[in-house]
Amino acid sequence: MPAVSKGDGMRGLAVFISDIRNCKSKEAEIKRINKELANIRSKFKGDKALDGYSKKKYVCKLLFIFLLGHDIDFGHMEAVNLLSSNKYTEKQIGYLFISVLVNSNSELIRLINNAIKNDLSSRNPTFMCLALHCIANVGSREMAEAFASEIPRILVAGDTMDSVKQSAALCLLRLYKTSPDLVLMGEWTSRVVHLLNDQHMGVVTAAISLITCLSQKNPDEFKTCVSLAVSRLSRIVSSASTDLQDYTYYFVPAPWLSCKLLRLLQCYPPPEDGAVKGRLVECLETILNKAQEPPKSKKVQHSNAKNAILFEAISLIIHYDSEPNLLVRACNQLGQFLQHRETNLRYLALESMCTLASSEFSHEAVKTHIETVINALKTERDVSVRQRAADLLYAMCDRSNAKQIVAEMLSYLETADYSIREEMVLKVAILAEKYAVDYSWYVDTILNLIRIAGDYVSEEVWYRVIQIVINRDDVQGYAAKTVFEALQAPACHENMVKVGGYILGEFGNLIAGDPRSSPLVQFNLLHSKFHLCSVPTRALLLSAYIKFINLFPETKSTIQEVLRSDSQIRNSDVELQQRAVEYLKLSSIASTDVLATVLEEMPPFPERESSILAKLKKKKGPGAVSVSELEEGKREGGELNGGSDRGADTAAMAASNASTPSPQADLLGLRSTAPVGSAAPSAGSLLVDVFSEAGPATPSAAVNDDGFLSSAPPSEDPAPPLSEADELLNKFVCKNNGVLFENQLLQIGIKSEYRQNLGRMYLFYGNKTSVQFASFTTTVSCPGDLQSHILYMQEHFVEPLVEGGAQVQQVLNIECLTDFCDAPLLNIKFRYGGALQNLTLKLPVTINKFFQPTEMASHDFFQRWKQLSQPQQEAQKIFKANHSMDTEVLKAKLLGLGTALLDNVDPNPENYVCAGVIQTKNQQVGCLLRLEPNAQAQVLSHTHTHTHTHTHTNLYSCL
Amino acid sequence: MQFMLLFSRQGKLRLQKWYVPLSDKEKKKITRELVQTVLARKPKMCSFLEWRDLKIVYKRYASLYFCCAIEDQDNELITLEIIHRYVELLDKYFGSVCELDIIFNFEKAYFILDEFLLGGEAQETSKKNVLKAIEQADLLQENIDFQMRLFAGNFGGKPNNPCCSIRSVALDVNSPPQGQQKQHPSNINTDFEVTGLLFSLISQPSCLK
Repeated sequence: MPAVSKGDGMRGLAVFISDIRNCKSKEAEIKRINKELANIRSKFKGDKALDGYSKKKYVCKLLFIFLLGHDIDFGHMEAVNLLSSNKYTEKQIGYLFISVLVNSNSELIRLINNAIKNDLSSRNPTFMCLALHCIANVGSREMAEAFASEIPRILVAGDTMDSVKQSAALCLLRLYKTSPDLVLMGEWTSRVVHLLNDQHMGVVTAAISLITCLSQKNPDEFKTCVSLAVSRLSRIVSSASTDLQDYTYYFVPAPWLSCKLLRLLQCYPPPEDGAVKGRLVECLETILNKAQEPPKSKKVQHSNAKNAILFEAISLIIHYDSEPNLLVRACNQLGQFLQHRETNLRYLALESMCTLASSEFSHEAVKTHIETVINALKTERDVSVRQRAADLLYAMCDRSNAKQIVAEMLSYLETADYSIREEMVLKVAILAEKYAVDYSWYVDTILNLIRIAGDYVSEEVWYRVIQIVINRDDVQGYAAKTVFEALQAPACHENMVKVGGYILGEFGNLIAGDPRSSPLVQFNLLHSKFHLCSVPTRALLLSAYIKFINLFPETKSTIQEVLRSDSQIRNSDVELQQRAVEYLKLSSIASTDVLATVLEEMPPFPERESSILAKLKKKKGPGAVSVSELEEGKREGGELNGGSDRGADTAAMAASNASTPSPQADLLGLRSTAPVGSAAPSAGSLLVDVFSEAGPATPSAAVNDDGFLSSAPPSEDPAPPLSEADELLNKFVCKNNGVLFENQLLQIGIKSEYRQNLGRMYLFYGNKTSVQFASFTTTVSCPGDLQSHILYMQEHFVEPLVEGGAQVQQVLNIECLTDFCDAPLLNIKFRYGGALQNLTLKLPVTINKFFQPTEMASHDFFQRWKQLSQPQQEAQKIFKANHSMDTEVLKAKLLGLGTALLDNVDPNPENYVCAGVIQTKNQQVGCLLRLEPNAQAQVLSHTHTHTHTHTHTNLYSCL
Repeated sequence: MQFMLLFSRQGKLRLQKWYVPLSDKEKKKITRELVQTVLARKPKMCSFLEWRDLKIVYKRYASLYFCCAIEDQDNELITLEIIHRYVELLDKYFGSVCELDIIFNFEKAYFILDEFLLGGEAQETSKKNVLKAIEQADLLQENIDFQMRLFAGNFGGKPNNPCCSIRSVALDVNSPPQGQQKQHPSNINTDFEVTGLLFSLISQPSCLK
């Protein structure tokens, strides 16, 4: 049946569409389409030349077929032919086809670009717009190459029609997004900024999108847009609703433009000019005031447009984060929306409040809405709104309300949607750990978590609870009792069995006094779950059993019997079988002393940032997190697995690791079960914890002679570290202030101070030239796994502009988590003249910076010296002194190293003796150092420390 | 904005506009996933949802869903009004637009969209200006295609009510997906109400929920 609309009629097309719609089945539709395709193909191939109309009709049919979801592999050429038709309607269809079905066939692209070029130079605004639309819709690189220089000209030319300007602006935006390198800034940029002043609102609306995008990448070049945007915004905000005629939308003046202006301002810090800032604050206040006025219309469009501006204004207020008054007002406004009857507004209010919660000015104001938010979590019917409520609760949580929020989240978990459970579990786990005042609450929370949502409790979560219980002896008894009770439940989650097995295996003795939880009762309880568990859990339980034999000799025969049973010792799973065989043997041949050593309680885990956080970041979606963060997450995950294998299975279990050369030695657990003198690290008592296990990293035998000359990470972007900088760096081993780097352009000075495991470093960047440095950025990165050893908090980013002769300062906060070897890298990039300067330096952060000197008497010194005589705790090295052996210089250096120089300790007065403790977040590492210089200017250096060789390495590098 | 999709309650895609380069395969996958997600939502739910790392803003007008994917920093409410403005433009152009107008005149729907949004950003928000641009273009072809026109009529008004003829025709071929078409007269009536007079209800707030 014919269908004709305004303008042109393509009867054949309408008939075809009707036919398709009349098809009773998918097969019939395909048949009809194939018939049509055959028809079109024969027409295109036919000898008779088609007239423009038929060509247009067939191209349009092909387009329709394609949009139905079928593949189209011909017709492109005919569409390209249409482009050069002088009939508008044919041209238009040709462009539409090209826009939708672009094909990177180079021959065609050339033809298409030719047609576009003709239209762009036609000076017919309608044709020009068509061509620009096509470029904007396709946005391919080839088009960018052909037109990226042409379009700016069209955009700023004085005689260009408004409608063409609008298309040109957005067309350029599209090209800039796909090929930023091809759109070169130039003389036109300043004229583009002034489009903000254009009389035509449509031109402003289109241009501002382009300006916003360009400003994000080149903030300096577009700086002037701030004041222009503010005055434009001010004019709109203060205008009466009828002033802007057709740009008023449901009584709201220019809502799209207003939003875009507010969005543009978010690319910049608050205006420095007082007058501009005053005007802007006035605008923001007016917008907030308008929200309180009665609506001018009952239509949802009115309130949506009005609130769109309001939310954008609130985003700007949050972005500035400097106007407490506005922040609190914004928060109150959002508070009203939390109970609005429009679901959309409730959703957005929750979302926006989430960011407000992180501002110090409005955090408290956000907290006052806790009851409403909890209520939303319970009663909202839409899962996406509930999700927002959960996010907000997480964001507003602090020590004062943690218990309430965690309790609410836990109870919500019982009925939560499956799609958000895992994320909720992670959030609860993080909050519980972060704000735990007493760790019994933490243990309760996590066990509840496993009980309620066991399936969604990832490994990270239950590894973490075990790490914390092991590290805190005040909670171990409580944990054992609680987990014992939790295991009483007839059906409990496998994760609960894992935690239970591990904790009872370690600390079951703490509750064994109670006859209701006697050793045998504990064992029977665990073993009753055994058969329902997966292989890894069973393996863990077997380890728990052997630990039981050590803890409770009275259970030995029962457990041996279990181990001896066919289902264990002949288990088809290699891992289980091996464990059963080895444990059985171990329990029968080893003396109680050996058993006690091998099956010693686990030493504390090294403290490190919870990997649950990384997991949560990852969960937030791959797009939200940058690749590097993801990799970091993965690495951390891997590490944690490594670490917890050790934990979960005890090092004795390394026997199953085929790569271990001598499983027997490992089975004896020499490495991980070195006697723990006094597990609790305390800053006051020196060297008490020198024996404690350092962490999962195996001590490496190789001593790197130069700690700074470590391999830099292969990375495309930052330049490789300068080698001469390494020499400069060595100077900083013993001193904290000085010039780190200098060339003709730039001087970098350093001032640093360290206290315990914390450090603060001031970097001074001096511009030695008279020309300003543009796009000045600095980034600190930690190569390799340094990330997990040292923590950086970059406090102040430097200004992107450094004027000639000026100096800018940057502060870095540093925290030492565990000992480390490599130095972190500082990458500096800036533009000098037109050229990009890129250099990477090593920051002089070495392990000795965290030394705390310790005084001790000769007797104490040598007693400790002897205690620390296991091979991996000791290192010595003979090296040639590079400088003269001046006593005073050497003394000063040793003091600069951070240690205490001990006089009258060594019987040989020529020798130097030093002692100190390296403070890291996790532990203190005691260090004793003895230098024995001799006449040939050779020095024998002898250090006794903790197992880590990195320490030695760095200590040596100063001499 | 990254893309805009129009699809029917039956999940049939009526219009697709992509502002980011994606392969056809990827486009199909996204469409399938989103159509499913959006159709599964209940009427009173909020118009925004997180999807991958994008925000989806959608709204139903009679039998047709308008669905936009925007980036993290984009404004949801103003996107909702972008949708509404587009509907208004279609409505004004076709005169009480319905789904069938968009099916039979899909190229027009694309042209109007291009005048309104370009590269995913609002190009011209004035209804008058957009329609003026479209009418100018129509005027161009009016002159050229005069001989082609079936209904030679006055330009500017609705050309001899062709839409009515579509509609009456369309009723026969209407709505239920191919294969399960049934010709119950009563059915036709309900279809007519729901699908046929899609946007003629545009002025009644109840439809705009």
